[in-house]
Amino acid sequence: MNVENRLANKKRRSQKIAFGIFSFTSYSVVALLFVILAFIVVKGIGAISWEFISEMPKNGMTEGGIFPAIVGTLCLVLASMIFAFPIGVLAAIYMNEYVKAGWPKKIIKQMTNNLAGVPSIVFGLFGMSLFVNKLGFGDSILAGGLTLGLLVLPVIIRTTEEALKSVDDTFRQASLALGASKWETTSKIVFPIAFPNIITGLILSIGRVSGETAPILFTVAAYFLPKLPTSIFDQAMALPYHLYVISTSGTNIEASRSMAYGTALILIIIVLISNLLANGLRKYYGKKVKMN
Amino acid sequence: MSSVVLLKIKHTDLKTNFKQIKEKIIEFILMLSSAATSITVVLIVFFLFIEGAGVFSKKPIDKGFLLAVNDSNPITKLEPSQIKDIFDQKITNWKELGGKDQAIVLFRTGDITDYYTDEELGANFEYFPEKINELVAKTPGIIAFFSDKYKSKDFKGRELDLDKISVFKFLSDEEWFPTAEPVAQMGVKPLIYGTLLVSFGAIVLALPIGLFAAIYLSEIAKKRTRNFLKPLIELLAGIPSVVYGFFGLVIIVPLIQSVFNLPVGETALAGSVVLAIMALPTIITISEDAMRNTPRAMKEASLALGASHWQTIYKVVIPYSASGITAGAILGIGRAIGETMAVLMVTGNAAVIPHTFLAPVRTIPATIAAELGEAANGGLHYEALFALGCILFVITFGINMLVEMVTNKQSHKKH
Repeated sequence: MNVENRLANKKRRSQKIAFGIFSFTSYSVVALLFVILAFIVVKGIGAISWEFISEMPKNGMTEGGIFPAIVGTLCLVLASMIFAFPIGVLAAIYMNEYVKAGWPKKIIKQMTNNLAGVPSIVFGLFGMSLFVNKLGFGDSILAGGLTLGLLVLPVIIRTTEEALKSVDDTFRQASLALGASKWETTSKIVFPIAFPNIITGLILSIGRVSGETAPILFTVAAYFLPKLPTSIFDQAMALPYHLYVISTSGTNIEASRSMAYGTALILIIIVLISNLLANGLRKYYGKKVKMN
Repeated sequence: MSSVVLLKIKHTDLKTNFKQIKEKIIEFILMLSSAATSITVVLIVFFLFIEGAGVFSKKPIDKGFLLAVNDSNPITKLEPSQIKDIFDQKITNWKELGGKDQAIVLFRTGDITDYYTDEELGANFEYFPEKINELVAKTPGIIAFFSDKYKSKDFKGRELDLDKISVFKFLSDEEWFPTAEPVAQMGVKPLIYGTLLVSFGAIVLALPIGLFAAIYLSEIAKKRTRNFLKPLIELLAGIPSVVYGFFGLVIIVPLIQSVFNLPVGETALAGSVVLAIMALPTIITISEDAMRNTPRAMKEASLALGASHWQTIYKVVIPYSASGITAGAILGIGRAIGETMAVLMVTGNAAVIPHTFLAPVRTIPATIAAELGEAANGGLHYEALFALGCILFVITFGINMLVEMVTNKQSHKKH
């Protein structure tokens, strides 16, 4: 009896210790997130002002604002999404609605996974070789946007596929039974129902694209431009590259620190907003569909 | 009457026909779109390898330049590393290279004025080739590095033979100095070691933490706690790598510098710490998914036999989800190996074979990012960086395949 009791006690104690460690590490990971966020918010909030987001950099990036970098990132997001969003959505529709299970589907799935696993710097190499040099776009928004578009293509395909999968099959069957064709069913029934979730994927991709640095290093990004880009064949500044440059190789690193904190904060804000928006949308429409 | 009906039928026939064609066209467009990712992968492989393969058909010396020695010198061939040592004056006697006991006399084009006056060379350097020829012929210990256009027709010296860069040498040479004069040093070993060291460090740090967090989230935490924690951890994955790099640069690097009392804080360890933070969400999400897939009946059977909750976790849940956890860990390593910006910003970028975590290192992606901007298009350096890209691509491709295999095994087990 005594021995049994002691064993049980030991068991309980080891469980308590283990669980204590587990919960502690989980909360530490989350604490880490808050440390990073808090650090950048506290240090960066002082730099943010209307002037900061609306003016050109001055004095070798130690003063002024980051307006051209914001515009550049917007251009890149726009260019990449115009290219990748339709292709990604159409690809996902084909994968989920048209092709039957079999080896073609398997191969496409596998290739999409592989593309998602390619390191971002390899996209940079590829973009430089194909778009900048071979096709002669030069360092331009077009070349950078296409490179970033290819990078997020797997993300868009995956999220769209998930969205399409969540549409109940009875909707499709009902539509087909009424004599609608496959495309009519897809475009008029399935797509509208899945649309909110597809938009969620789009928003997440925008967050991803605005933060990527390696693919734009050699395809579009400029250290400093006195003018805003006027066409898709112009170079552009971009937020992540700007942060990289002024925090590592600026003319006066110490003096541009506050600019760096400010830029990091703007980047974080973009990512946070896109994540919150995506999550919010998902929850809102998730509830709505269930209610129907 | 009947002809009107016939016409109507024909009309609807045409309509359905038209509709069918439209459907087919749309399906074709959809199919093309779905091929986009496959085409991209193929194109990436094609362009990377075309550009990267260029490096292996060339000699490591700049085009249009040559290395020559005196005709009496028995040495006919030198390794790039030997040439570098000669020009760095680490090797000063031909004896060390298996030649005669003779001091090595270095000669670069600019040194010509040490031997001849301006008048002797001519106003437009028209006697340049002749004089170089003369100098090489009369100096037995000379090694001369000069442009092709200064090589006279009756050149009496002997051109040194350089081996083309081979795949084996590229992978096994221990020095990476692609812009070195006169001969580029193209050994990627320090970069590969650097990449592996930093990634290894990251996974050692991140795996236990990630695993513990995954266990807590999937097995212990209440649903509400989980729903609160999980999105936050996923948010960690959304932060751009350049922000992580910046955070590492201003917080982790100085911290490591002061804790270990180092001259510089930009070390492999700093890279590992930053990468560990970045790999955590991947490891946690995938391991947690695997653990939650453990059949309820298995857990309940274990608990019914009198095992404690903790015993059930480490005797049932963890073994059952082992392949999923492995997949998460491998994927985490893959992320770490390919990560560019954060590593570039915190590891110090010294291209030497690392012996400790507390020294600066340079990884493959960081090298590409740091050097491609300066490399001339289509030049040797440019191609060498693409060859690095190939290595990176092959490694990450292999890792993806491995993950695929591991997860397939898991899904087989379920049935």
